[in-house]
Amino acid sequence: MSGIPLGESPLAGNSLGGGNPGPESAPQVVSLGRMAWRRFLRNPFAVAGLIVLLFFVIAALFARFIAPFNPARIDLLAANLPLGSGAHILGTDELGRDIFSRLLYSSQVSLLVGFSVAFVSVFIGTLIGAVSGYFGGLIDTFFMRMVDVFNSVPLLFLNILMLAIFGSSFVLLICILAFTSWMGVARLVRGTFLQLRETQYVEAAKALGTSNWRIITYHMIRNATAPIIVNATLMIGGAILSEAALSFLGLGIQPPQTSWGQMLSNAQQYMLTDPLQAVYPGLCILVVVLAVNFIGDGIQSAIDPRRKVRRPRRRLGR
Amino acid sequence: MNAPELAKKQYLLETSGVKKYFPIKKGVLNRIAGYVQAVDGLSFGIFPGETFGLVGESGCGKSTLGRVVLNLQRATAGQVLYDGRDLTKLQMKEMRNLRRELQIIFQDPFGSLNPRLPIKDIMGEPFRVHERVNKREIDEKVIELMHLVGLDPARRNSYPHEFSGGQRQRVGIARAMALHPKFVVADEAVSALDVSVQSQIINLFMRLQRELGLTYLFISHGLNVVRHISDHVGVMYLGKLVEISLTDELYSHPLHPYTLALLSAIPQPDRAKKSQRIILQGDVPSPANPPSGCRFHPRCPYAQVLCRQEEPLLQGTGEDHRVACHFPLG
Amino acid sequence: MKVPLLEIRDLSVGFQAEQGILKAVDRVSLKMEEGKTFCLVGESGSGKSVTSLSVMRLIDYDGGDILSGEIFFHGEDLVRKSQEEMIKLRGYKLAMIFQEPMSALNPVFTVGDQIAEAVMLHQNKGKKEACQDAIEMLRLVGIPAPEVRARQYPHELSGGMCQRVVIAMALVCKPEVLIADEPTTALDVTVQAQILDLLRQLKAELNMAILLITHDMGVAAEVADQITVMYAGVMVEEGTVEQVFSHPYHPYTLGLLKSIPGYESKRGMDLYAIPGNIPSLAQLPQGCRFHPRCVLAQEKCRLEEPVPHDLGSGHMVKCWLSESAEMSESTAEKR
Repeated sequence: MSGIPLGESPLAGNSLGGGNPGPESAPQVVSLGRMAWRRFLRNPFAVAGLIVLLFFVIAALFARFIAPFNPARIDLLAANLPLGSGAHILGTDELGRDIFSRLLYSSQVSLLVGFSVAFVSVFIGTLIGAVSGYFGGLIDTFFMRMVDVFNSVPLLFLNILMLAIFGSSFVLLICILAFTSWMGVARLVRGTFLQLRETQYVEAAKALGTSNWRIITYHMIRNATAPIIVNATLMIGGAILSEAALSFLGLGIQPPQTSWGQMLSNAQQYMLTDPLQAVYPGLCILVVVLAVNFIGDGIQSAIDPRRKVRRPRRRLGR
Repeated sequence: MNAPELAKKQYLLETSGVKKYFPIKKGVLNRIAGYVQAVDGLSFGIFPGETFGLVGESGCGKSTLGRVVLNLQRATAGQVLYDGRDLTKLQMKEMRNLRRELQIIFQDPFGSLNPRLPIKDIMGEPFRVHERVNKREIDEKVIELMHLVGLDPARRNSYPHEFSGGQRQRVGIARAMALHPKFVVADEAVSALDVSVQSQIINLFMRLQRELGLTYLFISHGLNVVRHISDHVGVMYLGKLVEISLTDELYSHPLHPYTLALLSAIPQPDRAKKSQRIILQGDVPSPANPPSGCRFHPRCPYAQVLCRQEEPLLQGTGEDHRVACHFPLG
Repeated sequence: MKVPLLEIRDLSVGFQAEQGILKAVDRVSLKMEEGKTFCLVGESGSGKSVTSLSVMRLIDYDGGDILSGEIFFHGEDLVRKSQEEMIKLRGYKLAMIFQEPMSALNPVFTVGDQIAEAVMLHQNKGKKEACQDAIEMLRLVGIPAPEVRARQYPHELSGGMCQRVVIAMALVCKPEVLIADEPTTALDVTVQAQILDLLRQLKAELNMAILLITHDMGVAAEVADQITVMYAGVMVEEGTVEQVFSHPYHPYTLGLLKSIPGYESKRGMDLYAIPGNIPSLAQLPQGCRFHPRCVLAQEKCRLEEPVPHDLGSGHMVKCWLSESAEMSESTAEKR
């Protein structure tokens, strides 16, 4: 029992024995979540990332109202208009489609792919990781070797192969991307669960006769959420990039649907004559992925309780 | 309770020849290179309504024994009889039902409560696992429990980190008491607490025993605490019971040299009670490679040739006093 | 009177928190002499560790600030020294040992090298000479076959051995002051007895002053010459071991002693328990900090902080009850 008043214990220990003030009147008691949120808000990069992402999400949600043109409308008379041509703010492509509108609708697709893939793969990864970490033994060995196998396959080629065999549909794209990106989460969750399995509150739950399923889903998952959220956030960026890559290769989103990757693919023919066509979607991808990564890092440092001041400070007074 | 009265009664919990070995794995192929003999052939019994104190230094296997007794870790060999039933042979489902009667309270008031759950959910969990009750009933029962252990029910929505160590330990005790267990293992349950809070919790343990008729297996390295709370005391050294007796008898007439050394090593705040200190040489050997014969012989000031060769058995020397030593102190 | 070796005068230490500055230590004073052991006794949050870390000026690294007060060592104020100057003193004239022996040792160096390191750093000796010193020191702290042990790594040694190594490391430069923060708390009773015995021996041999921090009244009674009892950042009672243990005065000291199982209570009977919990630094009570838990608290205790009162021959107590004779009779009764 050291007397160093760091961490939560001495500060949180609430006044006196029985006659304690209720939670309403107890001051200074801040929930862990709110404390993390406060730390998050103090991180300028994370906040900027959040604002940018929100901006894109809103733009995607309301694309239909914001977009001045139908993104698929072909108007050969207005083809290849440059930047700032009247109603076509960012100009048009070789078929006369409005680039700004196409960007808006593309963000719908890219973000939806990003979020869905992150969600599905986190779900698969968490399930496998949790079961492996909790039960251990042969189950663990089996799943972890499976992770090793998945990690040894050149995933881009696997993706291309599967899309080439099964054809390209939106749902299939999400499934295939998720199918090839759950391993990181599985490993992470397994590691966390291996630690949590040894905690006394898990042992206490076992001593109460709680079923394994309930221990995993009720007691343990909520203690693993922090790293899972961080990982999921970072995964959104990865999924957007993968989608862009596959669409660029012509295997992802198919016309008339559009995505940033597909726009890039389209723009490559005109790189010399109209490089701006490639710059817009490329910039969108860069900015969104960067924003998502900033948010992920922000959450990471906001919830990591081991962050501690480790430098001598100027003394007060004197 | 006095001795003859106890003798007539049946044990509530009895172990015979209980062993718990942990394999030591080595190399790439997880080859078993040996065993840690955490608990090596223990036989003792606990009467209903009493407190059995188990003392010993770290690594002596006392915590492992507590878990084996509750079948949280399956014994490698031997029997654990609870109320006439052998726990080591029960089916999963039977065992799960029996968990209502067998409970454990942990040492670490920080680690034993799920940090992400408000304490009302922590204390309400036993009801959700074992009883079909609705939310309101659980709430009522939780409030009742909080009164029982001396917590303010107004704070039931708070999270563990908002409480002090002593209060957290009360939450852990409430959780264990929720289903009115019969047998409770307290594993170093007061060791991590500050002195002034420790005595409150010890009093709580004794009050709950009186009110609910509990039987305790009280595991601790704190000899003062064990003396205060226990009816019988067992002393463990390297996975073996070396001495077992009624509390007052053991503390006033220790027969095993280890018990004597242990007792003399307690720092005494009362300067009048200061006794001659026996300072043992060396450290506790590893339980993976225990000494031959009597496991205490390398550190024993009275060791003879016999002690190195032959293992002493736990034998009765008098009324309710058993010791595992070739040359017990007289 | 002799000039004390180390003197703490009105030391206050604070930590920056969201609620403002929390004072972990409030006007603590201490005088230490050569060849004596001083014990700071208290529960968690009493400020005993913060006081010791302040003497080493390690508190700066833990986010603490020395708000006021002086720490004189050989007449020089440590509070005014820079970290660079402190580095020269730490591990040389002032040494410290911590609670966890395992984490105080670097797992990738042999214990001999770690001890020799300190010698080479402070005493300008060559590697060979330093290693010789290290082995000599290991012998002094009672490690058998020190030549062999010096070439081993920390994980090859037991907890008690590691604590001996840590002590050897602290003492190899023959410090004048040794600060031991709960040095035996992580150890078993039989090993604790060995280590306490060792500290007592070494103190006599090296004629150093020891500042021992502990929560265990028993340990304090065993080894201390002088005792200071702390509660919630303030000193509540101070005196020789005889004065504090044979004639405890402050209700808190008394309560602490009586809470120990076996001190006065009979087996199976309810133990004496100080009601309530240790207050958090953010919500310290007004007046005497102990008053909400004190059975003898008066109106005055709630309003005004007690001033130190000398009961004679250096037995100091900070309690209003000590001022009035009739009150002291009622405490005597409670006793």
